[in-house]
Amino acid sequence: MKAADVSQVLHTPPPAPDPVPAPAAPPDDAAALAARYGLTVSGARPSLPAYVRQLWARRHFITAFATAKLTAQYSQAKLGQVWQVATPLLNAAVYYFIFGELMGTSRGVPDYIPFLVTGVFVWTFTQSSIMAGTRAISGSLGLVRALHFPRAALPVSYALQQLQQLLFSMAALFVILLCVGVPVSVSWLLVVPALALQFVFNAGVAMIMARMGARTPDIAQLMPFVLRTWMYVSGVMWSIDKVLTAHQDMPHIVLIALECNPAAVYIDLMRFALIDTFHASQLPHHVWPLAVGWALLAGVGGFIYFWKAEETYGRG
Amino acid sequence: MADPNNAPIPTVVADRVDIVYRVNGTGAGRGSATAALNRILRRKKTEQASGVRKVHAVKAVSFTAYRGEAIGLIGTNGSGKSTLLKAVAGLLPVEHGRIYTDGQPSLLGVNAALMNDLTGERNVYLGGLAMGMSREQVRERYQEIVDFSGINEKGDFITLPMRTYSSGMAARLRFSIAAAKDHDVLMIDEALATGDRSFQKRSEARIRELRKSAGTVFLVSHNNKSIRDTCDRVLWLERGELRMDGGTEEVLKEYEKFTGGGGKAP
Repeated sequence: MKAADVSQVLHTPPPAPDPVPAPAAPPDDAAALAARYGLTVSGARPSLPAYVRQLWARRHFITAFATAKLTAQYSQAKLGQVWQVATPLLNAAVYYFIFGELMGTSRGVPDYIPFLVTGVFVWTFTQSSIMAGTRAISGSLGLVRALHFPRAALPVSYALQQLQQLLFSMAALFVILLCVGVPVSVSWLLVVPALALQFVFNAGVAMIMARMGARTPDIAQLMPFVLRTWMYVSGVMWSIDKVLTAHQDMPHIVLIALECNPAAVYIDLMRFALIDTFHASQLPHHVWPLAVGWALLAGVGGFIYFWKAEETYGRG
Repeated sequence: MADPNNAPIPTVVADRVDIVYRVNGTGAGRGSATAALNRILRRKKTEQASGVRKVHAVKAVSFTAYRGEAIGLIGTNGSGKSTLLKAVAGLLPVEHGRIYTDGQPSLLGVNAALMNDLTGERNVYLGGLAMGMSREQVRERYQEIVDFSGINEKGDFITLPMRTYSSGMAARLRFSIAAAKDHDVLMIDEALATGDRSFQKRSEARIRELRKSAGTVFLVSHNNKSIRDTCDRVLWLERGELRMDGGTEEVLKEYEKFTGGGGKAP
């Protein structure tokens, strides 16, 4: 709101919401008039099917917004769009230096470089989708307060932007795979369903975080810590399978939690698809049902959760 | 007001609308961390005591707007004009009362959807899509939008990023994009104040055109001349209350007396 609005009609705390002074116009008159000409209440939340239709009608806006954000990101840099590929590669290089060389996590993991790079890229996709989702509403208040569109377009668009970003990273990843001598195989096609499921999962979580972030912007400050913890338990730079076999005495509940962790599921699926030395035996049990289940749970649940507060976004 | 014999069709009915802003973190002990924590922990119970301040921006405003009308909103700074428009557009909630609208009123303004790092060309597409136009519609209108904005009069600027535009050029492009769509109910918030004289003339003509083609136009402006040129009815808001509602001349005369006579506007 404008500061100017405050200056004039400030109500200091004490007075309770004063009863509205009844003005001259009879109350039923306006409603009757509105009903006669088929006017509808402004700013009401649409029904769920109507909301899905509206969102679908805005699909071109969603993709255009995502692409625009992605392009705008590096438009001031001299190297321009080269950074789309360079940034994830540099990220992977840093992790390789620290975890592969200094800490020696690579011991016993065959093809450690592709193992690590796949993990970093797939994890970054989830992490940045969630981070962007948290700020999707609170960071776009200007847009939300100026234009009318189903608000779910924003978190979905941000998740889509991260997917496009990941596709650049994947191109770099394929080059790395070929360089270190991983053979091309039919299983590479599994990348497509794995990514699709992960995208649905990410978009769902992004919508949940968008609603929470819109209500309590402070969450955006907290999320980096939550996400970093999540990253360390998701086996981005170490092999969950190897650690589990080494520590058989771990409580069962911890085992289950480690294996069902959605981030770990999507990372391991991608490794299984791309790296020939990463065998099916290293995957968690029921990995595909888990991947589909998480995607459906987050996607559908997140969408409904977000829709429930549709009319409140952009207030205050 | 509308003539009852012509059976005017209402497009916006505001029924005793109250709009209240709640502002966090203005109470006693503002800024201190413990006070903030206290506020969070006790938010539900003591909203009043915990430093949430209420700003009653619009008070019991009722009016009915009809198809074909151009309505000016006037009032001194902070009188609730923009707030009322946002509520009509469904972008702000009302505390009491109801606002009924025909279709989806749109606030003229796509600035928030545009990105400074993108070219004007891509922004035309993005802005059009953001307003709910289809890709085909944007493509059809593209040339029209660019010509109207006059961005290319001084060279091929439309293919340059928007951050390289002068503020006047950017404002013209924004208005051109926003005015490209036919709106049932169109609301303009001081958009006419931008651009040079020739562009202002063009935009006034465009607003008259929009008025003919569809429904109702609301115009918020501090420029009494542009209100006189475009509007035939004026709502005067003062301190959130509807002070006058009537013909342009009649209301503007009173308003000018108020702002001129009672000292400078607050």
